[in-house]
Amino acid sequence: MAKTKHKHNGAVAKKLVGLADVVITAAERSKDPTLAIPIRALSNVSFNPRNGLIEMGKKKQARSFFNVAMAKKFMQTILVADALSELQRSDLTTSLREIYYRTKHTIKDSHENTFDTQDESDPVIEDLEVSLAALREELHVRAENGGSVVGPLVLEDDGDRVDCAKLGKGGYSVPSIVESEYVGIRRCTADFVLLVEKGTQWNRLSEDKFWKRYNCVLLTGNGQPPRGVRRLARRLHEEYKLPVYVLVDNDPWGYYIYSVVKQGSINLAFESQRMAIPKAKFIGLSSADPERYGLPRNVGIKLNEKDIARAKELLNYQWFQKPVWQAEIKRMLASGLKYELDSLANKDFQYLTKKYLPRKLKEKDWID
Amino acid sequence: MAKPASAPSKSKFQSKSQAKPQAKPQSKPAKPVVEPAESGKPVPRVSRPAEPVTAVEMGARQREISVSEFFTKNRHLLGFDNPRKALLTCVKEAVDNALDACEEGGILPDILVKLEVVPDGATVPAVSQATRFRITVGDNGPGIVKQQIPRIFAKLLYGSKFHRLRMSRGQQGIGISAAGMYGQLTTGKPVKITSRTNARSAAHYFEVQIDTKKNEPRILENKQVDWEQPRGTQVALEVEGRYQKGRASVDEYLEQTIISNPHVQLAYVTPEGETRTFPRTYKELPPSPREIKPHPYGIEFGMFLKMLHDTKSHTLSGFLASDFCRVSSALAAEMCKTAKLSPHARPRDIHGHPAEMLYKTIQTTKIMAPPTNCLAPIGEQAILSGLYKQIKGEFYTAVSRPPAVYRGNPFIIEAGLAYGKRPGETAAAQKPADRPLAEGEEHERDDELARVIRYANRVPLLYQQSACATFKAVLDTTWRNYGVTQSRGALPAGPLVIFVHMASVWVPFTSESKEAIADYDEIRKEITLALRECGRRLGLFLRRRERAQGEFRRRNIFELYIEEVAEACNRLKGGKLRTEKLKAQLQKIANSRTGGMKTDEALGKTGGGPEGLPHSIIVTPEGIEGEVAVAVESVPGPGGVVSAQQADLPAGELPAGKQGKTGSKPARPGPAAKHPKGKAAQLALFVGEAPGGRKPHAMSVKAGKTSRSRHKK
Repeated sequence: MAKTKHKHNGAVAKKLVGLADVVITAAERSKDPTLAIPIRALSNVSFNPRNGLIEMGKKKQARSFFNVAMAKKFMQTILVADALSELQRSDLTTSLREIYYRTKHTIKDSHENTFDTQDESDPVIEDLEVSLAALREELHVRAENGGSVVGPLVLEDDGDRVDCAKLGKGGYSVPSIVESEYVGIRRCTADFVLLVEKGTQWNRLSEDKFWKRYNCVLLTGNGQPPRGVRRLARRLHEEYKLPVYVLVDNDPWGYYIYSVVKQGSINLAFESQRMAIPKAKFIGLSSADPERYGLPRNVGIKLNEKDIARAKELLNYQWFQKPVWQAEIKRMLASGLKYELDSLANKDFQYLTKKYLPRKLKEKDWID
Repeated sequence: MAKPASAPSKSKFQSKSQAKPQAKPQSKPAKPVVEPAESGKPVPRVSRPAEPVTAVEMGARQREISVSEFFTKNRHLLGFDNPRKALLTCVKEAVDNALDACEEGGILPDILVKLEVVPDGATVPAVSQATRFRITVGDNGPGIVKQQIPRIFAKLLYGSKFHRLRMSRGQQGIGISAAGMYGQLTTGKPVKITSRTNARSAAHYFEVQIDTKKNEPRILENKQVDWEQPRGTQVALEVEGRYQKGRASVDEYLEQTIISNPHVQLAYVTPEGETRTFPRTYKELPPSPREIKPHPYGIEFGMFLKMLHDTKSHTLSGFLASDFCRVSSALAAEMCKTAKLSPHARPRDIHGHPAEMLYKTIQTTKIMAPPTNCLAPIGEQAILSGLYKQIKGEFYTAVSRPPAVYRGNPFIIEAGLAYGKRPGETAAAQKPADRPLAEGEEHERDDELARVIRYANRVPLLYQQSACATFKAVLDTTWRNYGVTQSRGALPAGPLVIFVHMASVWVPFTSESKEAIADYDEIRKEITLALRECGRRLGLFLRRRERAQGEFRRRNIFELYIEEVAEACNRLKGGKLRTEKLKAQLQKIANSRTGGMKTDEALGKTGGGPEGLPHSIIVTPEGIEGEVAVAVESVPGPGGVVSAQQADLPAGELPAGKQGKTGSKPARPGPAAKHPKGKAAQLALFVGEAPGGRKPHAMSVKAGKTSRSRHKK
């Protein structure tokens, strides 16, 4: 395994050095050094109904050095490439933030910093991922451990055996890189995966040992699930054929989280292939649930302008065109209210564990 | 007690309002002393006090109030409201008098101003704590004859400037005696005067005080003394005051005085004992303004009646023709006819309705505007010279408007601008900001607002800025059109000093302390026009600068980033790259893409001194450019070359008007043919004038020579 890892790295390292060659060759020919960077925006993604994935288009943006508007970005790209190449050489992994600090300095003879905030370096790293067709982990960059998992699942991490059924109610913190080279799945006896948006609900389910009674893997990403969580869910789905259910708030952001898990995101469309779970199901909270489960109107929250605008955007996305989804979103808009998962506590602290989810699973009440 | 108190206060008011109409144009010399007598009899009030007082009792209490007594109680009207302002007012009055005297005597003024802390017993308090100062102001003027000294310095409303229509700093004849009175009031010390009219006669020394009851001088000491000065006057006052630097301080007043009076040489000894000298930068005395008669449009009816009564003429038409300016005998006869009065009537006999008719006729008759040789504007050259000397900037311009008239009084508005920071100083100012910036930190933005410096008849106005017509005109000007930021209803922002001067035979002040110019439409309009012209030139300068800097920044960006990119490439390549070669290659591409030589030219890097703006000076790190360069002492610092060349820019860069004159040959050689004719003449003028003797001006002479040799080519 170590071997493949190295081989892989060699390819990425070469690609990074290739950027320097772009500059050198262009300079020799008195040409403006230019990098072609795929555009990561709605304008350059399309939904492929056949495989149910959001795929990136072919549009590219030329980032050239001798263009006042792009000069700084270009310089930053080369600097980040240099830092990434350094990681390759020394075989270290690091965080986005450390890359930012590593590449930040004041340019000689000026008062200008190469980067002013991390907001400038993060997109550059994503640009490089896309244009070099390298995964983030291949670039040795990891995000914070962003999620937790608990359930009948045995993993191997750095040679340690991790039994996710014996980690109390805290569970195992999902690393940002869960590729088989780093994290191996030794055993999994669960029947399905439940991906919960919020940590509080995950805690509730974990504390109530929901996973034991229903034999499932409980995952959370604390909001928008990070890559590690999505990738782990995908591997469980792919390697162990487990159905994946997504439990989110009933608001436009919840819907979008579900869609990211299912079809992939616009920003990381190039990773859809690896991350998305086209068969993931939306288990709740549906806009039909308040009525069906007798949630009082007073635990709802009025949709604000942003919510409404976002919901209308969702209605236009290709991957929300199924009539059932159009009805779902329009019902929310019509009610003018959104509901948090937490609001189920209005009926009983354990309502989610004891009533809501069991009934949902029993009735197979989910949206595809 | 209510009643008697109210009576004098009312009469006081009258005596003041009585003094005011005197401030109107008047052709005939009135009695030297203003008699407040007629105002001294107040009309008995009808209100009923608690304890009735008989008319006789009241009468016993009613008495005359002298103008000195009035101003003793109302010293704030003259600018003595607080110790700080009082110190300034005293200096100001003395300096104004000194300058007026020198100029009237046709002498280039050499002024000494000395402030000393008066010891409190044996101890000398710190300057900032001191409350008593000795002010000494000396000049090299014509001196004052012995008999007049006491009255000039110790009698209010005594002087030569009030009864004539002529431009001068002083107007009322209150100033210096009021300062003396203030000193007397706060320290009990007399005013000490030394004066000498010529080297052959003796110098006289006086110590005088004012008898406030009678408004007459009281001479305490009078002797002949030995004095090293062959001619001139020196006044010493001891007053209660407070010395503070900054806004509206003595220092600021003197600095601003020098701007508007570049022909003055000033030595200033600060209370700390430091001597600051302001050398003369302009060696020509302003032309002596002529005295004029009142213009019929400017006169008020009451004044007109008084003139009718006092005239020496025996006929009405004679009176009109001889007591007013711009009235010919033919016009006088015509006016009499229109008013249905005999041209041969005795002026003294005309009053009541006929007088009113005549007055109305005059106001509706078309009369030529008053002559303007009564005005002595500072002049564009001198303003530039003064601004350049006192304010550190990179762009200067000045505009003198043609004469205009308000209420029959001719006036001239002049405006000037100093913009930016001296190239050398910006670098120095940026030093502390040199440390790298942390996240969230930003470069400090310079948000200072423009400064307005205001003048009336060459005297700086330091107080009541917002009440002044000049200030309002500055606010009303849309500076944004000229590339300067300005928030609504505020001064423009930026390193900008705006200079406005009003020269007039009668400057309409809003109060006796002469702090703000009244807002007459005609005056406001002229100020606005002058400011706009200055603004247009500034806008042109800024736009041109910006264009060049934009290019420069572009190239600069590339230069900075090339370094980064090349080094990063080298590291990517494992340190085996020939970075210097890569840098050179990239630099070449950068140059070819950023206008190359053209930008260098626009930035003045190739030595092409640009701009072709009239009456302006531009300062660059390489030196100063512009027409007045020669009148000005050289810039200190590296490469302080005074360049006299003009318009070496490609023709496209010049304003349209100048193009024809300057020719369209692009860069380098600057032969005489390229100089607009007017400029050459101006240069020659300055060259002729510059005396070789003085050290500080050595540079200007040199520059003069260069420009000359250039012309010869």
